[in-house]
Amino acid sequence: MGVGIKISDLNAWYGTNHSLQEIQLDIPANHATALIGPSGCGKSTFLRCLNRMHETNPIARVTGKVLINEVDIYAESSPVEIRRRVGMVFQRPNPFPTMSIYDNVASGLKLNGFRSRRVLDEVVERSLRQSALWDEVKDDLKKKSGASLSGGQQQRLCIARALAVDPEVMLMDEPASALDPISTAKIEDLIFELKSQYTIVIVTHNMQQAARVAENTGFFLMGKLVEFDSTHKIFTNPRDKRTEDYITGRFG
Amino acid sequence: MASQSLRPPLRASNVNVFSRRIKSNIVSGLALLATIIVIAPLIAILFYLLKQGITSLNWNFFTKIPVPAGESGGGMENAIVGSGVVLALASLIGIPLGIGAGIYLAEYAGSTRMGNLVRFTADVLNGVPSIVMGIAIYALIVLPQKHFSALAGGVVLGIMMVPTVTRTTEEMLRMVPHAIREAALGLGVPAWRSVLTITVRTASAGIVTGCMLAFARVAGETAPLLFTAFGNAFQSTSLNEPIAALPLQIFVYAVSPYDEWHRLAWAGALVLIVLIMASVALVRYVTSRGMLKGAS
Repeated sequence: MGVGIKISDLNAWYGTNHSLQEIQLDIPANHATALIGPSGCGKSTFLRCLNRMHETNPIARVTGKVLINEVDIYAESSPVEIRRRVGMVFQRPNPFPTMSIYDNVASGLKLNGFRSRRVLDEVVERSLRQSALWDEVKDDLKKKSGASLSGGQQQRLCIARALAVDPEVMLMDEPASALDPISTAKIEDLIFELKSQYTIVIVTHNMQQAARVAENTGFFLMGKLVEFDSTHKIFTNPRDKRTEDYITGRFG
Repeated sequence: MASQSLRPPLRASNVNVFSRRIKSNIVSGLALLATIIVIAPLIAILFYLLKQGITSLNWNFFTKIPVPAGESGGGMENAIVGSGVVLALASLIGIPLGIGAGIYLAEYAGSTRMGNLVRFTADVLNGVPSIVMGIAIYALIVLPQKHFSALAGGVVLGIMMVPTVTRTTEEMLRMVPHAIREAALGLGVPAWRSVLTITVRTASAGIVTGCMLAFARVAGETAPLLFTAFGNAFQSTSLNEPIAALPLQIFVYAVSPYDEWHRLAWAGALVLIVLIMASVALVRYVTSRGMLKGAS
């Protein structure tokens, strides 16, 4: 089951650039939450603060609290541990090119020391079924490289890889922006399926996508969270003038 | 009225197909010529070695040790085995050190002062004449031990492999996309493990090529072995004793006054080149066997 995320006083910097300012936000468990906003508004940085990927950049810095299932991930846990509990799917599909489809999915478990063939076989099949890729690849699991799949299949492979370590939260950074409409629809169906079991946070540039998959939506602008509400409210009756300007296409 | 276009108008008379074709053929011809000039020496060397060496190649060459001058028969079994021993030791030293240093440069040092120092040192080491390397190891290992040895030979060749392996490993690791590293970190893989398993594995084809380049280069080295492995007319596999090596044996036989030895030197040169090519091909084959369909 997914868990909720409570964010308070979150600030993030790249060098001297204060890219996230005083973010307060409660992300509900087992829902999909969309983050929208113009390029450079901080939504991806925010996402990367939720699994401590932000700090992998040597000039990056973070302050504030992020509570996942009541545990402060910056105070009470190591980044490696937190990234096992909070999975991430990136903008461009990034399967490991020298690994087979099977090894890609199993990589998270294998690299953390799991060796049991039987368990790995089970997890690989379950994860690929969850990401709706199983039927397309089941005959080539160990023969083909992850890089030999199409872009849309690669992205679903990356989702399966993230699911295989059984996370509680899934972060998705524009997961469909490099894909064609059919693959995009498949990814969206998938998000819809997955949110019964995981808490999903998705960054998107595509407002229709936010409307289709997410119950709640947050609007970021220039490093600040301008508005957070139910997706319906954000798109029909936003409180803030800037949100309205953005969703009606007046800027951004 | 439309604004004036900067593009020249496209008209059939503008396109002089004939002169374009001539220019294209001239450039293609020059490229072909350059290719031939580059390949010709290699082909010529191979053919000349075959012509001179093949007649002296027989079963004895691979199974017998040298006989005194004037006697016929005898081979280079000891030198072939010796080269194998020295090169195996060199690879054991040079490849792990080189790959380790390459990982350090690409993944940890970046462009820090220490990183640049290591990079500069590797480049200088690459440029040190091989005979100087031989003298250095002579002073460091042979003199204190008071005898020549296979160990000293392996060490000098191993050190000569390090800079090539280091720099190619670094270059290949740098070519691994950032997205791949992020994928590993995002799965909760510790950084060191991600480097060793994901990044190095992704770059492995290039790293193997670098190791093979370094191997092939030192396999033919003669000068540094003169001061270290020294050569041995008898069979030896001990690391503590002087040992024969193909390049050394070729050198000794080639400068000797005997026709029989000259013929053996040609045969030795042929065997050396074929062995180098065969081992490079074998390693490439073995490492490419695990490759998957569509892997890049």
